[in-house]
Amino acid sequence: MYFTVSLAILVTMVLAVIRALKGPSVYDRVLAVNMFGTKTALLLSVVAFLYGRPDFLDLALIYALINFVGVLAVLEFFQKRSAAQGHTTKD
Amino acid sequence: MLLDILSWILLCLGGGFVLVGGIGALRMPNFYTRMHAASLTDSTGSILIVVGVMCQAGLSLATIKLLTILIFLLLTGPTATYALANAALLSGMKPQADTDEGRSSS
Repeated sequence: MYFTVSLAILVTMVLAVIRALKGPSVYDRVLAVNMFGTKTALLLSVVAFLYGRPDFLDLALIYALINFVGVLAVLEFFQKRSAAQGHTTKD
Repeated sequence: MLLDILSWILLCLGGGFVLVGGIGALRMPNFYTRMHAASLTDSTGSILIVVGVMCQAGLSLATIKLLTILIFLLLTGPTATYALANAALLSGMKPQADTDEGRSSS
């Protein structure tokens, strides 16, 4: 039961990596990284029960927080950079 | 026994939603529709999966941790998506609705 769900999450992570590699604009890549991060938190909480080790849940909790802060920091950086160069990214 | 069936159904539904969101993020034509598809996995997928795992955990410390994870995911998901859309819009990425419907988009 847990194995199928973790497989589905792993496939989504591969799709997110493909989107990150293919994404035309910078924000597609940030979107893919954000998706990858939240899926890692989900995968950690499912694997915690797959291996019967409840202490993985703390890892998932911390990872969800750090991922959020990381995405916001990267966005802030790109916003400053694109504002400075004043160029408009294509679609 | 009932809890096992319930959590099995919830987990499979959650896995399905996460997969659909992942595929949607890959196939959508432009950025904003991709973001719509990707945020689907953040909200629906995580609710179903975490509640499914919670049914298995029963009343214990793990359930409280799972509840905290769910709350954080639900709080940070939409906020991150909003910040992403705001940054993309400010940097000049136009949503598809601005162009006329006749031309086919890239």
